[in-house]
Amino acid sequence: MIQFVIRRLLQLIPVLLGVSILVFSMMHITPGSPAVIIAGEGANQETLDNINQRLGLNDPIHVQYFNFLFDAIRFDFGNSWRSGIPVSEEIAPRIWVTIELAVYSTILSIFMGLIAGIISAVRKYTMTDVIIMIVALFGLSMPNFWLGLMLIQWFSVGLGWFPATGWGSAPQVVLPVIALGTAGAAIIARMTRSSMLEVLTQDYIRTARAKGVKQRIVVYRHALKNALIPVITVVGLQFGFLLGGAVLTETVFAINGLGRLVVDRIAARDFPVVQASVLIIATLFVLVNFLVDISYRMVNKRIDLD
Amino acid sequence: MQMKSAQQKVFPPTQTNPRLRSFKDFMKRLSKNKAALIGGYLILFLIIIAIIGPYFLSHGTNEISYSSRSQSPSLENWLGTDQHGRDIFSRIIYGARITLLVGLLSVFIGGTIGVFIGIFSGYYGGKIDTVIMRIMDVLLAFPGILLALAIVSILGPSILNVIYAIAIYSIPTFARVARGSTLATKNLEYIDAIKALGATDTKIIFKHILPNVTSPIIVQTSVSIASAILTASGLSFLGLGAQPPSPEWGAMLNDGRGYMYDAPHIALFPGLAIIIVVLAFNIFGDGVRDALDPKSNR
Repeated sequence: MIQFVIRRLLQLIPVLLGVSILVFSMMHITPGSPAVIIAGEGANQETLDNINQRLGLNDPIHVQYFNFLFDAIRFDFGNSWRSGIPVSEEIAPRIWVTIELAVYSTILSIFMGLIAGIISAVRKYTMTDVIIMIVALFGLSMPNFWLGLMLIQWFSVGLGWFPATGWGSAPQVVLPVIALGTAGAAIIARMTRSSMLEVLTQDYIRTARAKGVKQRIVVYRHALKNALIPVITVVGLQFGFLLGGAVLTETVFAINGLGRLVVDRIAARDFPVVQASVLIIATLFVLVNFLVDISYRMVNKRIDLD
Repeated sequence: MQMKSAQQKVFPPTQTNPRLRSFKDFMKRLSKNKAALIGGYLILFLIIIAIIGPYFLSHGTNEISYSSRSQSPSLENWLGTDQHGRDIFSRIIYGARITLLVGLLSVFIGGTIGVFIGIFSGYYGGKIDTVIMRIMDVLLAFPGILLALAIVSILGPSILNVIYAIAIYSIPTFARVARGSTLATKNLEYIDAIKALGATDTKIIFKHILPNVTSPIIVQTSVSIASAILTASGLSFLGLGAQPPSPEWGAMLNDGRGYMYDAPHIALFPGLAIIIVVLAFNIFGDGVRDALDPKSNR
């Protein structure tokens, strides 16, 4: 097991290096030189030279990359080109907001998805199953930003139950989490259903039933445990999907998270902030998938991943 | 020429070519699968509407009418009008062209590149395979819409750049699927036999590997188009894709956001339109997957 963890950890290194190279090159392949973006079109040569000097843009490209990499490891991303304050200060409080949003939404989608998926599997081919699967198909096909707008329309503007914007208090959390978590719940429900159906046809389940074990116990104790194994991998992917989707949800609900910051700063061409945010979200995603791999291995010792 | 005849003698195409058998079988299963049929016809219907629909409209996409702003649905304006008095129904029909074009084109570009990378990587194996697949892992390390967002931030916001961004972001998924099927096919005995008979790599790839990759790619294409449409509308909603006054559905939603209090229908209908199209591709994808799954036979 420890060997496996170490091997997976070592495999993370080339991926994370690749991510950092890609994020680093963002600034360099974009049209227009950084100095001009910072100082504006009309700036004179002297100002531009100063900026290039200050940001180390005259160094050879590999030197620039290693500086970027080692600064990033120390959580130093330089200063924002727009606000002038250190990028790390700008993003630090926002990281937590986005993680919270993604974690709550993941929990909601696991909870809803598992319940719906199990009910559907146990009552397969009944009306309940059909309705759940149709709802899931819609949930999967719905843009989360549109769902967010509709939830605001019904529950904030119409009924006044929840605030339409912001993040922090319990009522503020409800709508964004539903908007972001619905697609995930749909995916997990479908996955749970097919996985349960697969397991329920297996011999050991038939044996358990033949022994006279109650339906409830067969489903929850015997079948569910094995049916959950493939669901775990989906949960990992979901978390990443939700980190990305947070960009939209945060914009709809005016939540000051990392996603909204990225969108705002892309428009302002504030590359250090965009780079830092993208790098952090991708790193988080890679780490979560690593944890998922480990837990996958733990619940399913029979499987030897490579 | 000689090789071809030898090949045909040893492997009569009608009998032992697994591709022909399985593809026919696959089409037969597909034509019996309800989900695939419903999804397929719905997609066809939407494409026809997108192509000929605009010729039957009485309102232009950007026909502004300040006398009838933010009107609720009526006989004159089936889905109402937006804050500039433009007919929402007409805009949605025009927008279908953009949405379908972006979805189909981006996945076509990304899928083609991805499939070839995957086949190449899987077929040749070794170090090339390791390096290529690591690069794909790096691209997959950007969750969801984020990679597309990063690409658009480099290229600048426009609908064309959204197509490029989604194409790039679709590459790794297709590469993985194609590589998997390639590895499975490559180790079949008959490929060894053909190789022994002197078939070139190009010939093996195009005549034997590529057809075997087709079925899983069809499933992936359908799912990818659905997610491409969601991503593209999401980028336009963020103001990073199609720019107003384009009738792209995500851009329309962004446009109508500010008027939700007085005229909720402005944001309602473009969203429903997105759902219908995405739903069609998802249903089709489900059907194809079932048709491909040998277990669904029981």
